[in-house]
Amino acid sequence: MSGADHHHDHHDHAEIGASGRPGYYDMLETAVRELLVEKKLIGPDEIRRQIEVLDSRTPALGAKVVARAWVDRDFRARLLADGRAACEREFGITFYDDTELIVLENTEKVHNLIVCTLCSCYPRPVLGLPPDWYKLKPYRARAVSEPRAVLAEFGTILPDDVEVRVSDSTAVVRYLVLPMRPKGTEHYTEEQLAAVVTRDTMIGVVPVGIPSERAAS
Amino acid sequence: MSKAAIVPAAGEEPIFRPGDRIRVADRAPIGHYRVPTYLRGKTGLVEAVIEPTLVDNEEEGYGRNAGSRRHYYRVAFAMTELWPNYRGSARDGLRIEVFESWLARA
Repeated sequence: MSGADHHHDHHDHAEIGASGRPGYYDMLETAVRELLVEKKLIGPDEIRRQIEVLDSRTPALGAKVVARAWVDRDFRARLLADGRAACEREFGITFYDDTELIVLENTEKVHNLIVCTLCSCYPRPVLGLPPDWYKLKPYRARAVSEPRAVLAEFGTILPDDVEVRVSDSTAVVRYLVLPMRPKGTEHYTEEQLAAVVTRDTMIGVVPVGIPSERAAS
Repeated sequence: MSKAAIVPAAGEEPIFRPGDRIRVADRAPIGHYRVPTYLRGKTGLVEAVIEPTLVDNEEEGYGRNAGSRRHYYRVAFAMTELWPNYRGSARDGLRIEVFESWLARA
């Protein structure tokens, strides 16, 4: 449906608005933010700017990096040697949070999965905000203790001869999974390859699929 | 001038090398720390020294950044070492970064 066809002169859906009391943490956040602004430690424009920075980071950036690594062997080597430098120098993806990036290459023998058991460390500069499930305790606890069961719940069932390697982020190092390039994409352009790389494949919960496979399954 | 004449300051060189067996300290300090409980007392292998040194965020959490740069290591653990009842391949593993202050030779 195009925007021009959609008239808002009917009211068959509820008005969008805040309802109910804000929760404890909502109030805490507001109180701390207002105090910081009032004491001139930060300005309201800095908060808005940081939201813009985060909004500009999406899995599409990571997908471009992955697609380049699939088509350019030298780039892949540089990316695996120093993920942050390769992203910054060759894609202009700045690491505004001063984190380092280790890129983990999936192979026929090793499957990588990323998690942050302590909180929600995530390669935000290249992927944007993490999905909600990544921040919830069940994923954080189970990804390190029973990764194969977690992967199976995402539909990823790995044979025993594939090593599952979980990387738990604790401080200043972030991870990005470099998934395997799917078969049947030999004729794809770099742009077409980037289009099949999704967020979850770069967290390592699923392999990359191509549209015909998805339709068949 | 010979290279041997240069004496590195205490803490300037990393204590561990890739391939070294280490044990994670089993302690429970009060305050901000970044070593998950499930790792305490576990034995693993140093996989890489993360360069350059980084400000230990256990100190950074209190604003004590000056003089708090520490060596930081990527360490490999077998899942079967971490979880006695681990279900999966014996080759499955965990990788995690730990500051030198938590590691001892095993």
